[in-house]
Amino acid sequence: MTSQPTNWLWLIPFLPLLGAAINGLIGPKMSKGLVGLIACSSIFMSFLVTLSYVLFRLPLMEENQVLLNTAYTWLSIGNFHADIAFHLDHLSAVMCMVVSGVGFLIHVYSIGYMGHDPGYSRYFTYLNLFAGAMLILVLGANLPLMFVGWEGVGLCSYLLIGFWFEDNEKASAGKKAFIVNRIGDFGFILGLFSVYYFLGKVDFLGMVHEVEGSGRDTLLKGWFDLGSFGIPSVVTVICLLFFLGATGKSAQLPLYVWLPDAMAGPTPVSALIHAATMVTAGVYMVARLSFLFSLSETASFVVALVGALTALYAATIAITQNDIKKILAYSTISQLGYMFMGVGVMAYSAGIFHLMTHAFFKALLFLCSGAVIHGLGGEQDIRKMGGLIKKMPITGWTWVIGWLAICGIPPFAGFFSKDEILWMAYSHGYRALWLIGFLGALLTAFYMTRCTILTFFGESRLAEGVHAHDAPRSMAAPLVILAVLSLIGGLVGWPHHSLFEHYLGGVFESSEAIVAAIPKPGMPAEGMLMILSICVAAFGILVGYFSYLKRPDLPGKTADAIPQVYRASLNKYYVDEIYNATVVQPILKTSDRFLWRIFDVWIVDGIVNGVAGLFRSVFAEGLRRFQSGIVNSYAVYFLLGALLVLIFMMLP
Amino acid sequence: MAESVIFYLFGGVAVIAALFMVTRHNPVSCAMSLVVVMFCLAVLFLGLHAPFVAMMQVIVYAGAVMVLFLYVIMLLNLSDEELGRTIVTPLKLFGGLVGCLFLVALVVLVQGDYGEGGAVNPSFGGVAQIGKELFSSYMLPFEIASVLLLAAIVGAVVIAQREQK
Amino acid sequence: MTVPLPQYLLLGAILFTIGAVGFIARRNAIVIFMCVELMLNAVNLSFIAVSRSLGEPAGQVFVFLVMTVAAAEAAVGLAIILQVYRLRGTINADEIKLMKW
Repeated sequence: MTSQPTNWLWLIPFLPLLGAAINGLIGPKMSKGLVGLIACSSIFMSFLVTLSYVLFRLPLMEENQVLLNTAYTWLSIGNFHADIAFHLDHLSAVMCMVVSGVGFLIHVYSIGYMGHDPGYSRYFTYLNLFAGAMLILVLGANLPLMFVGWEGVGLCSYLLIGFWFEDNEKASAGKKAFIVNRIGDFGFILGLFSVYYFLGKVDFLGMVHEVEGSGRDTLLKGWFDLGSFGIPSVVTVICLLFFLGATGKSAQLPLYVWLPDAMAGPTPVSALIHAATMVTAGVYMVARLSFLFSLSETASFVVALVGALTALYAATIAITQNDIKKILAYSTISQLGYMFMGVGVMAYSAGIFHLMTHAFFKALLFLCSGAVIHGLGGEQDIRKMGGLIKKMPITGWTWVIGWLAICGIPPFAGFFSKDEILWMAYSHGYRALWLIGFLGALLTAFYMTRCTILTFFGESRLAEGVHAHDAPRSMAAPLVILAVLSLIGGLVGWPHHSLFEHYLGGVFESSEAIVAAIPKPGMPAEGMLMILSICVAAFGILVGYFSYLKRPDLPGKTADAIPQVYRASLNKYYVDEIYNATVVQPILKTSDRFLWRIFDVWIVDGIVNGVAGLFRSVFAEGLRRFQSGIVNSYAVYFLLGALLVLIFMMLP
Repeated sequence: MAESVIFYLFGGVAVIAALFMVTRHNPVSCAMSLVVVMFCLAVLFLGLHAPFVAMMQVIVYAGAVMVLFLYVIMLLNLSDEELGRTIVTPLKLFGGLVGCLFLVALVVLVQGDYGEGGAVNPSFGGVAQIGKELFSSYMLPFEIASVLLLAAIVGAVVIAQREQK
Repeated sequence: MTVPLPQYLLLGAILFTIGAVGFIARRNAIVIFMCVELMLNAVNLSFIAVSRSLGEPAGQVFVFLVMTVAAAEAAVGLAIILQVYRLRGTINADEIKLMKW
């Protein structure tokens, strides 16, 4: 990989940050219209800059070239070099377009959604700050800068989830998100250190260079001896460390627990951060580090396995949830699992493709749910909805498009991407993973159908006095645009003629050699699998239709038949309670009993007070007596001093 | 020879007078003893080829400063009770000890052979030479000393004023 | 000089020590002041002796200036003692403890 210099990439993250600064500093004094205008236009300009690069500059480059914009010399310590440098290749370009494009739509939506909120300017400040941080993450040309963006989006996630911080629960949700993320970040940092230790470089171009050269052998050597687990190679450990960071940021097992709670934030936040962008940072990171992951089959398998299991696991929770946002949250966790499955089986462009289509339809679904909640005056329980398709047609029909996309019905976007991942899993030899993903698709279709029917179709179960009104224009326009994208967005990934894969091919060329070596089944198998996917999606939809429209009593009876299972799923398998008991409470108790009471109060305060007390008693009170006010005593001290000087002069 | 006699005689008187000075109860006695010390030192100065300084000692120091001391003592006119008894405190004992050590240290330090000290010009230490030095090399200290005296005059007058009623 | 220099310096040292101890031992402020004068005189003697020994007139000039300063100091110091007596009614150093902690 080589690079070409360019001068204006820094504008892409800078413009939203500038918008955040303006809105943050003088926002409260500006009119709401101006705040919204600044916020939306800053991210739209980012989108335009990205678009112009994509249309005019990127096509001029060769296959494996990258545009590099070194803005500022940041860290240059000995051999460690990390600059504020942004690089744009096809992968970053896709991510940037998604982030700035979908981000822009959500900004516009927020103008309507948050119109009556007193924290209007604060909201847009945080939203722009988030966009800036995410763009830094995506465009960063080295690991430290990427980490800056990584942490930045974590921070903004905290700020935005706990946006209505006066409510303790919502504030706690924000804290939970940040803290759980932090656990993952630990893995990222260790991975960063290891990369520097073994390769000596932390910028991506340098790392690729090293790996193509002598670094490859360094990476493939064994590192620790884990006894019965064998000796993993360096690159395996590094990749697993990075993946730990990804599980935190992208809500996979075991660090997914923050995402459902994160629904406490405003719905556009959920759409942007927890559907389209921040949670996909983990997937992007794995794709960016594809040249490392492709060297370690073990690590990649772990990624794929965790992804697949998460996909299934989250789906089993989603089928019993009653809060519309929680359903979508677990759905997000599940779909992220699919993305990881994709990059885990070394089908990097498939994973990114699903990332892109998921951004479209999941943001659409979240925004529609926001419109529903907004229209119903705050109601989020789907048991209290129903029949809304007549009262909220725009919202309803755009939701339907999103629903069909996520279920995987062709020609909607979700079908192509999900199917690609499943096919890649199967063809790279991971049949078991394929099966898990297949079951997950069934459940996905089922629970999304359930959600759709209970919300929009059937009889109205609205509470007394609740009148539904459809979304206003500022909220409806993004819905329509996203619906269109969900409809046609998948076509770029038509199997065997995938423009998408072709576009991203250059980025993943170092891993292609490894992938090409795996024997693959031929076309007939692929066609069969595709038909199987469509069938299972249709089956899921039918079951849902049957259970909730035709025979509404059936779900209740099923739940009563297996009460433990039902309750386990409804209560999210009690994972939060388990974590609380095993991790949180012990830490709290240790901090309180030992660290605070003993260490801080006794030892630290003891030392500080002791030293101060020593000074007081010896120096202050002791020396005080020398000032008696009696002149004669002063004369004694003079004489004593003079005597000492004389003695000093007498010494040889 | 004569010089030695003069030295030992007047030196001894000076020391005895000094001892008197620090031990007398009556402040007037102390002042007079100090005058005796100064006269003795003036004689010693004469022996050391410093006639001008000797004259200055007598006229200014013994003649003006000590007279000023006496004026003030008389002015205060303290009676016996007001003067108080001398009390020996641990501080004074410690001071005495330090003083003795100090003296021992000084004695040790001054030992050494400094030579005979050559014959000097007869006009050494005379008014002419001192005057010449004062007005050429030491002009600045001389002027500063005059300013200092001015300040002292003004200061003394101001500080000792009675309160204006 | 037939009397060697150390002897003069010794005499000066003795006078100085007497003055220093007197300063420590006496309570009457005026007497304390006179002890200071004694110390100054002792130093003057040392200066003159060394000046003679080295043949330098600088020592004598310095003594001249010391005397000037001593005179000025005596004037101001006694004025202060007068004022203290007026304000405090006593000139015992033990009882004028204004600067005590």
